[in-house]
Amino acid sequence: MASPPPTLPPYSAERCIDMNDIAPAIELKGISKAFGPVQANKDISIRVMPGTIHGIIGENGAGKSTLMSILYGFYKADAGEVFISGVKTEIPDSQAAISAGIGMVFQHFKLVKNFSVLENVVLGAEDGALLKPSLRKARKQLTALSEEYELNVDPDAIIEDIGVGMQQRVEILKALYRQADILILDEPTGVLTPAEADQLFRILGRLKEEGKTIILITHKLREIMDITDTVSVMRRGEMTSTVKTSETNPADLAERMVGRKVLLRVDKVPAQPKDVVLDVRNLNVTDDKGVHRVKDVSFNIRAGEILGIAGVSGNGQSELLEVLGGYEKATGEIYLNGDQLDLTGDKSDGQSRRARGIAHVPEDRQQEGLIMDFAAWENTAFGYHHDPRYQRNRLLMDNAAILKDTQEKMDRFDVRPPNPMLAAKNFSGGNQQKIVVAREIERNPDVLLVGQPTRGVDIGAIEFIHQQIVALRDAGKAILLVSVELEEIMGLSDRIAVMFDGQIMGERLPNETDEKELGLLMAGMTDGEAA
Amino acid sequence: MDGMPKWADVVLVPVISLILAAIISVIVFMAIGQNPWEAIKLMAYGAVGTSDFLGYTLFYATNFIFTGLCVAVAFHASLFNIGGEGQVLLGGLGAAIVCIFIPWPHWTLALVAGSAAAALFGALWVVIPAYLQARRGSHIVITTIMFNFMASGLLIFMLAGPLKPAGTMQVATGIFPEATHLPSLHDLAGVFGLDLFGRSPVNISIFLALAACVGVWALIWHTRLGFEIRALGRSESAAKYSGISAVNITMIALLISGGLAGMMAVNNTMGINSPQLVDNAAGGAGFIGIAVALMGRNHPVGIVIAALLFGALYQGGAELSAATSVQVQIVVVIQALVIMFTGALDEMVRSPIRKIFLRMDRSSVAGE
Repeated sequence: MASPPPTLPPYSAERCIDMNDIAPAIELKGISKAFGPVQANKDISIRVMPGTIHGIIGENGAGKSTLMSILYGFYKADAGEVFISGVKTEIPDSQAAISAGIGMVFQHFKLVKNFSVLENVVLGAEDGALLKPSLRKARKQLTALSEEYELNVDPDAIIEDIGVGMQQRVEILKALYRQADILILDEPTGVLTPAEADQLFRILGRLKEEGKTIILITHKLREIMDITDTVSVMRRGEMTSTVKTSETNPADLAERMVGRKVLLRVDKVPAQPKDVVLDVRNLNVTDDKGVHRVKDVSFNIRAGEILGIAGVSGNGQSELLEVLGGYEKATGEIYLNGDQLDLTGDKSDGQSRRARGIAHVPEDRQQEGLIMDFAAWENTAFGYHHDPRYQRNRLLMDNAAILKDTQEKMDRFDVRPPNPMLAAKNFSGGNQQKIVVAREIERNPDVLLVGQPTRGVDIGAIEFIHQQIVALRDAGKAILLVSVELEEIMGLSDRIAVMFDGQIMGERLPNETDEKELGLLMAGMTDGEAA
Repeated sequence: MDGMPKWADVVLVPVISLILAAIISVIVFMAIGQNPWEAIKLMAYGAVGTSDFLGYTLFYATNFIFTGLCVAVAFHASLFNIGGEGQVLLGGLGAAIVCIFIPWPHWTLALVAGSAAAALFGALWVVIPAYLQARRGSHIVITTIMFNFMASGLLIFMLAGPLKPAGTMQVATGIFPEATHLPSLHDLAGVFGLDLFGRSPVNISIFLALAACVGVWALIWHTRLGFEIRALGRSESAAKYSGISAVNITMIALLISGGLAGMMAVNNTMGINSPQLVDNAAGGAGFIGIAVALMGRNHPVGIVIAALLFGALYQGGAELSAATSVQVQIVVVIQALVIMFTGALDEMVRSPIRKIFLRMDRSSVAGE
């Protein structure tokens, strides 16, 4: 094992109080959990001191979520013990976790959309059969909590009317209302603008000052560096190291996560843009519910450049990709190499788009890019199953040819395990994405649409996928990149457009802007205000 | 891995389901004062005991292969066509019209035309439910089952009116012209000097059924259409992304499904000893097809095996009630138990077995 040894000494069973006689807020000893043959957590020990922010970082599938689910009572550990403030505690379900003072803020909020903030907070913690007294009591406490921690939440606001950042604060309030001393946040910034994330971190800092203990699960190195006191790194189900944040740096953490040196910056030469390949003019999209999703969007992409579209998810980027990919109707004009594309008729489907040289790595590989029950070889043909190379004769497909092609792609893209017969669902996120990227890039398209290319993908695979995208650019192709990860946009794009509420708020060059300015545009500031 | 090896999925689970059904059946026999061992022996004898009985078993199995394939093709597109019953009746109408009104010189031509007409009529009967499902989202289960009733009404109307020969009281067509009678396997065996299958109606359309199996297998796993059907069935959102038209594929899959059900009528009209179309020409085969497809895991090979099993059960049960005082209703109960355990309660058996395999997997990993 090449990983550095843990900096904290191993714990002995009889010692549950540390040298300063302060019991850790949480201590886990020897936690193991297996799902079938997969060992999700392997003999994990960790101690989190009260009044600190403790980061847990690791690649997808490293076992972070499993560990937290054990702590919150969703899973039962196969072995190991949990101590809360020095007392051995059994957590069979989430009720037990709540009464032990643990609160959890999930990545996907668990709020009733048409209830008010107050009702959501009280839900499940009512005092009796009658709602009124509970609500009255809760309103008082809520106001107090909201002021104490500067949460600024209106108790009577309806959830669906308030922003994502506010919804997240409601989740935090829910936990605090249930008297949580320990707050676990699972990838809390995934849905936030940089400004909202900063606000969240200020709140977390305030909670820490008040003596709360916070566990922050994330894969973003920057957040760990900014806000945590200590950080534990997980890899392949094991807790490989725990270090003081002040004694480490992003490169070191990345290496601990992946187990080898990782290039965090995208390595690329300046773009050499040629003719305009894709020209989008006055594009408008209205969805089934009549919501105007994309508003008068115009842009172009030249051969040999990457246009990055930044923005918080849900601001029209997905619809933009869907129109270009051929599965959403739109009005406006799109020209590909000077020829107008059909946006509403018979030729507006995905098959026609592919035939014209537009390849698409969709945002959601599990729902769109792949059929999870299909084997890798079937997924390689998916969307291109009319390709003449895949046909034996007019009637039958040539499954052997597809199999062979898949095997070659898997070798070139280092997909593991390199087994074309394995169902897509049995690959890790990164390898699934490699299957999609290999399928789309190896068609040598004129235009590549890429949505969230590295969402849920481990660092090692991110590096590889980024290299492939840049290589395609250098081969003179036009690339449209949509990502909610600002770092990815900044690192890959040759030009950056920011979308907010269906509109393009402005265009920037990556070396002439910074995350702050982009963040303002993402939050809806107009061009003038942000500059 | 999904937790269990393929052999367990395909063989072990159905076998355990059958054993469970058998255990309950034994209790049922004991409750009515029948010796279970004797009853099971009688059923087995009735199913395969003589060449004649075996012929009947194969005859019923032919029906179930068609309806099983019907359910399976729709199921690959995640559509539950339970209108097989009605589609069979319409298929029968198609075959009857072709046989009665066109003078065929030879049975081979009649077979081709009759099959085509049966498939066409079966497919047409699913057009409206398919369109409603594809375009309007009306649930195929509801519409197809409604269409079963309509098919039954339509058939009785036709048999009591336009297709009724003068001077009969029966709600049925007259006997089809001689040239449309399909040769039975007994006749075919006779050509080779063998005396097989007695007076049983098993006929040449069993080969049509097997050919349909090969056709469905090739369609589903070796053609672009089958690829698109399976893709749509597994993930509608992904199908949309790739440019597969959900509307078209839904329609096509259901039309093929209805056509397969319709073709069963060839066996059950042109193939029987006195070829004609009667009012209950489907005889429940449309519903048994659901169990056959479920037990056969929607694969043609599995469907053939399951169809043989249900054919044996059907024929054996009939013999049991003929030879003993066991009422025919009890036989229906036994058949229902098998359908219930292999079909509806499939997951009840499957999930504990999956868990056992998971545990074995884990201990073998831990032992490394």
